[in-house]
Amino acid sequence: MVSVLAEPAGLLPAREQMALSLGWHIVLAAFGVAFPAFIFVVHRRGLGGDPVALRLARRWSKVAAVLFAIGAVSGTVLSFEMGLLWPGLMGRFGDVLGLPFAFEGLSFFTEAIFLGLYLYGWDRLPARLHLWCLLPMMAAGVFGSYCVLAANAWMNMPTGFTLTSSGKVTDVHPWQAMFNGRAFLQFAHMWLGAYMLVGFVVAAVYAAGRLRGRDDPHHRLGLAVPLRFASVAAILQPVVGHILGMALGDIQPSKLAAFELATTTEQPAPLRIGGLLINGKAEGYLEIPKWGSFIARGSFSKPVRGLDTFSPDELPPINTTHVAFQAMVGIGTLLAVAVVIYWLARWRGRDLADHRWALRCLVLAGPLAVLALECGWVATEVGRQPWTVFGILRTVDAAGDNPGLWWVFSGVAVVYLGMTVGAWMVLRSMARRWRAGEEELPSPYGPAPEEVAR
Amino acid sequence: MTLEIAVAAALFIGVLAYALFGGADFGSGFFDLTAGGAARGAEMRSQIDHSIGPVWEANHVWLIFCLVTWWTGFPASFAAVMTTLFVPLVLALAGIVLRGAAFAFRKYAASIGQARVYGAVFAGSSLITPFFLGAVAGAIASGRVPAEGYGDRWSSWLHATSVFGGVIAVGTCAFLAGVFLCADAERAGHDRLVASLRRRTLGVGAATGLVVFVALVPIQHDAPTLAHGLERQAAPLIVVSGVAGLLTLLLLWRRRFRVARISALVAVATVISGWGVGQYPWLLVDEVRIADAGGADATLVGLLVAVGCAAVVVLPPLVALLWFTQSGAGTTGPGGPRRRTGAGAG
Repeated sequence: MVSVLAEPAGLLPAREQMALSLGWHIVLAAFGVAFPAFIFVVHRRGLGGDPVALRLARRWSKVAAVLFAIGAVSGTVLSFEMGLLWPGLMGRFGDVLGLPFAFEGLSFFTEAIFLGLYLYGWDRLPARLHLWCLLPMMAAGVFGSYCVLAANAWMNMPTGFTLTSSGKVTDVHPWQAMFNGRAFLQFAHMWLGAYMLVGFVVAAVYAAGRLRGRDDPHHRLGLAVPLRFASVAAILQPVVGHILGMALGDIQPSKLAAFELATTTEQPAPLRIGGLLINGKAEGYLEIPKWGSFIARGSFSKPVRGLDTFSPDELPPINTTHVAFQAMVGIGTLLAVAVVIYWLARWRGRDLADHRWALRCLVLAGPLAVLALECGWVATEVGRQPWTVFGILRTVDAAGDNPGLWWVFSGVAVVYLGMTVGAWMVLRSMARRWRAGEEELPSPYGPAPEEVAR
Repeated sequence: MTLEIAVAAALFIGVLAYALFGGADFGSGFFDLTAGGAARGAEMRSQIDHSIGPVWEANHVWLIFCLVTWWTGFPASFAAVMTTLFVPLVLALAGIVLRGAAFAFRKYAASIGQARVYGAVFAGSSLITPFFLGAVAGAIASGRVPAEGYGDRWSSWLHATSVFGGVIAVGTCAFLAGVFLCADAERAGHDRLVASLRRRTLGVGAATGLVVFVALVPIQHDAPTLAHGLERQAAPLIVVSGVAGLLTLLLLWRRRFRVARISALVAVATVISGWGVGQYPWLLVDEVRIADAGGADATLVGLLVAVGCAAVVVLPPLVALLWFTQSGAGTTGPGGPRRRTGAGAG
């Protein structure tokens, strides 16, 4: 099996397209999961008689309208791509891993309905009822991300079916697949990641505003609320990530070996920070003895299996996996340490957010949190290769055989670039008009009314 | 009733709901596109934004419901359709993405110039999507999708049944949208807009009805199995569709827009059901029967549990949303609070 496998025409472009569309959507999905909670906090505060908070809730709900719309359509792209790009996965295993998607659909429904009610309900629904529309959205965010992560966890640790000797899938237990042992931890990791991403990104927006001299209650609240959410998530995340990673040595040893850049099996294994695999040798890393074993296996004496114990056709692209994993861990650790420092200072009575350097760090934390989430997905997805369903279905066999995929990928790239530019321009212009005192943002369907009246 | 039939019925209810509610949202693109220049079309475009703004995302989820039910319940046939009808599906998907994004961007666009660009993308892609989804339906109904997939990527949907399917989908979407927009505009007291919408909807309705019945002719030899079913088990539905369609035109003529919404829904629902019942018991016509296409039984049961949960959890708030926006509760007309600023009230 070491010989070069015949790759179907659809493999490489399908990979690129999936990476692009998933990497793009995941940012908006994070907003779908976490942003309703932020809006809930400021909206509730606003109903308590704080006009600044109420105005912030109104503005955030308009931002959510834009982000959730492009999130809904980019999520739809992924649904189609499951079939268009990976017919070998869906045709064969659709009834094994499909159930969590069906329930995810249910939570997507809930989210879309209550988003509609919430956006339309401003000044129309009774105030309390209107506020409560956010709660089902928050619940849908939790349940929906559990479902998607359950499907992904199943791909990492397939269960709930039996393969016959001829490779036929029998004895299907969809509930077992949906509630597989990895699902909850993967969900918790992503859920916290979503709160970190949205928290740091939104805080960065208001930190940037304060750096430009807009130091008012509006910007202070807009920074404080997301920063609190992000802080809790950032402090919990290393713990959850560590627990999630500890079982990796048993479930996906090849992924672990790539994460740790372990060329040969070592007991105890050192922690290698940085470095690349060059011509089969790990180079340019910083080594901390024994800590690799502790971090990966939870003990200073357990071994970490080396890359050389795997057949080459069972290994993922090592450098991509290793760098992405370490970038995620590094950024996550940095963010956790930063918020601990911030809150320790607060505890001692100093608000670091009054200092320009700290605000600059906060502005940087937004893109860093996005990068960490993206790296996490790259690490887990690329690290699972060459498998789509780990140990069962190779990605070559999941891909279709469509010669036109490069054209489609190019089209997708153009459309996503356009959507990125469009969203950026629209959000920037909304902020500009808000600053100019134009609160309602009337839609420019026609020339200004006075012109029409003439 | 077998498990397969129950799941297929749930799937078809999703198709029907998407065709009616999602369809009405897509169809508004036709009126947006033909509303005229920025000044003349402002009133129409504000009305469209007001009518579909709060509901289009919820209505869109019916499509996701269909996709996940299909790949979970009937995985092999899902893969077969995806590999064969790759081209129309990609084009429909492009339309879905552009429609949703451009609609959201237009609402908050900075200037009239940008709004026109987004508006053109929104309106154009609103027509593309139903056409290609209709073409996909035509391909399945005429037996062009082989059970093992990878059918011809072009000839599978470039034929009379698919083309008629696409045209009928665009027409029924626009017709539904027109009737609903008439009722919305009337409630908001926009008389001039009502007159223009009524005229166009009558035209679209008459043309679409004509196409539906003309399509029955080429289908005879292009899709014999479907034609056979349409002449037998689905014949009552076709008759009801014709009657409801004519009734809708009559109600539109007499300006009874609120009632016309119901007869228009019946007219379109019976066309779609005619296709579904007409191709029964096939899932992929002439290739795969519903009874033979199901995934594992345990999964089909799980799917029915999910559908049951959806009926309890999703339907009540969905009905509430549609009722709330359709009845105009708590507001006086398009724009609501926006109207105070005067925008769009051309």
